[in-house]
Amino acid sequence: MTHGHVPFRRSYKPFRGPFDPCPPIGVKYYVTPPNLFIGFQPPNFKQFSAIEALRKGTLWVPFYDYYENPYKK
Amino acid sequence: MAQPLSPDYYKQLEEIQAVDFVIFELVLYLDTHPNDSQAIEQYNHYAAHSLKLKIEFEAKHGPLRFGMPMRNDQRWEWSEAPWPWQV
Amino acid sequence: MWTYEKKLMYPVRVSTCNPTLAKYLMEQYGGADGELAAALRYLNQRYTIPEKVIGLLTDIGTEEFAHLEMIATMIYKLTKDATPQQLKEAGLAEHYVSHDSALFYNNAAGVPFTASYIQAKGDPIADLYEDIAAEEKARATYQWIIDQSDDPDLNDGLRFLREREIVHSQRFREAVVMISEDKNQKKIF
Ligand SMILES: [Fe+2]
Repeated sequence: MTHGHVPFRRSYKPFRGPFDPCPPIGVKYYVTPPNLFIGFQPPNFKQFSAIEALRKGTLWVPFYDYYENPYKK
Repeated sequence: MAQPLSPDYYKQLEEIQAVDFVIFELVLYLDTHPNDSQAIEQYNHYAAHSLKLKIEFEAKHGPLRFGMPMRNDQRWEWSEAPWPWQV
Repeated sequence: MWTYEKKLMYPVRVSTCNPTLAKYLMEQYGGADGELAAALRYLNQRYTIPEKVIGLLTDIGTEEFAHLEMIATMIYKLTKDATPQQLKEAGLAEHYVSHDSALFYNNAAGVPFTASYIQAKGDPIADLYEDIAAEEKARATYQWIIDQSDDPDLNDGLRFLREREIVHSQRFREAVVMISEDKNQKKIF
């Protein structure tokens, strides 16, 4: 799965040694969650409705980050 | 569990879960933003709404909150199933 | 004191009887970065931290117990009515001979919970940074469990719990700002 422009995701290419038996995984992904970039929450953040908030796990739109296995084919 | 719960039980329960979730999010926000009076106002709105939903739920489906008045004085419903992990 | 409501924080569902997934979830039940460790860590640190952030530690610590109940519910549902043979196939024979299908505060590898998983340094910055790290570790653990799980209903609940770690980390980061402010300096916003 290519990751295109999923926000809050970064990747790196692990070093490949000459004697590594596993086929290369390609890139390793990691998460840089929204809390890294927002600082002290400013006033009037956009909110989800109550039922949406429950479904998503946060009331605040800018903190929402849906996670899926990045290696899933 | 004796009989399966009505769809109504799940609907009302989820409504309460949603409103209580907003309350929890506002509480954590206010813990670090204690002077946001707009958020306090919103908190009060949801707190009142939650209370109303819970009173309705308890009248229909039995006790939800510890230590509240019971609808039934013939049978002790608090200790009856279903428990949260059983529904 | 604490009080009880006969409801989960979030409606938990699982799709199939799958003791293997239950085994993975024990990492969040009795593991180093699990919900029990989180609850105990915050509720213990709050006695020796500046007053401004006691409320936050109390409230997040309380929420962690609600998460623990959700994890317990997932494990309960994934193993309910599973036979000894099914538990064995899931790698839970060792668990079974000691506990039957009772829940226990073990991690996914069967190592029992220990207080050494948590810290209380008494230094507010050290403790809050520990809490931020704990939230990021719990978030990562949820990711690795989701990566291993093919149960869409379970993953729905796990995504909720993972998102909570993001919000908790945010609030602990704000707590650091709150106690770092210099009272003699004017606030900027
Ligand atoms: Fe947390």
